[in-house]
Amino acid sequence: MSIVIEPPRSSKPKRTNWEKYGWMYMRASGVLLVILIFGHLFTNLWLGEGIKAIDFAFVGGKWSDPFWQVWDLLMLWLALIHGTNGMRTIVNDYAERVAVRKTLTYVLWATCAALIVLGTLVIFTFDPCPANGTIENLPSFCPAK
Amino acid sequence: MATEFEEMGAVPSFTVTLFVRRYNQEDGLEARWQDFDVQVHGTDRVLDALHKIKWEIDGSLTFRRSCAHGVCGSDAMRINGRNRLACKTLIKDLDITQPIYVEPIKGLEVEKDLVVNMEPFYKAYRDVQPFLIASDKPAKERLQSPEDRERFDDTTKCILCAACTSSCPVFWTDGQYFGPAAIVNAHRFIFDSRDEAAEVRLDILNDKEGVWRCRTTFNCTEACPRGIQVTKAIAEVKQAILRGRA
Repeated sequence: MSIVIEPPRSSKPKRTNWEKYGWMYMRASGVLLVILIFGHLFTNLWLGEGIKAIDFAFVGGKWSDPFWQVWDLLMLWLALIHGTNGMRTIVNDYAERVAVRKTLTYVLWATCAALIVLGTLVIFTFDPCPANGTIENLPSFCPAK
Repeated sequence: MATEFEEMGAVPSFTVTLFVRRYNQEDGLEARWQDFDVQVHGTDRVLDALHKIKWEIDGSLTFRRSCAHGVCGSDAMRINGRNRLACKTLIKDLDITQPIYVEPIKGLEVEKDLVVNMEPFYKAYRDVQPFLIASDKPAKERLQSPEDRERFDDTTKCILCAACTSSCPVFWTDGQYFGPAAIVNAHRFIFDSRDEAAEVRLDILNDKEGVWRCRTTFNCTEACPRGIQVTKAIAEVKQAILRGRA
């Protein structure tokens, strides 16, 4: 006679395990963010005139360059998802009631999604010299001025 | 002369105050601190002081201990805020100018005084299938090279005292996390060349409440009375899951 040992924790249907991918994402995005953020700080605060160079025109100039658009887009997405996932793990650790945990997690991801959509829109639709802007409000470098 | 010799060989003794966390479900009171002044020797351990209280002052004090020599893993408790074995903690090594605080390990339900319900801890242990799984008939011994044995040597030291698991802040929160001890014992078989079910155990630990909940706070490594590099073992299991094999 042989003894059959029931495999434990197998009663639940198998679902995609997001925790593993979440863990991998945190490490990969962390490494990328270190490069992206320090690169961002270096160009904005150190190169050329340094911090004194930062004004509306500086930002407008950067966002007319596809290179910096992609750079800032990557920073935005990676950092927001990294931060939100970190907050989610804290919620998982400390929110004991299921309803509280689910609500907080939902609010976190909703906020993250809203910020990502807004940020992405700004990066790609930013126009320092809008055609319908009043002349006196436009920055000095705009051709309409 | 006689007294001189006695003094030469004598072990210094001193009085310490122990604050012990008392709880009894039956008296309907909340858990509370109770202080005891105990005369102890320089060679005494916290367990000896607890024995002294139980045998000479208050027989109702309840705690677990079996071997009293750091092997059975029965008397893990929180001493001055750190998880230790009472039988391996010399009183003279603690700050004896201050009272010594002794309370049950955290994250598990207290049954009485220093005794907690270990069942959730053992459940997680059972869930990782902590036994050799091999398809061949054990007709003769299974040989293993010293190098292969070395691979999991550290995690064979576990005595299941729960000092690590009950020091883990993730385990404290809802107790669903497998906990360091279960992962250590899974590690012991995952990396054993004679075992054939590493994938099964890796799959079990690749769970929502599995290794990914580890925050690498190193509380477990610090708490382990056997000096097991617990956090390292957990990291090795994580890497094995990513690789898909041991």
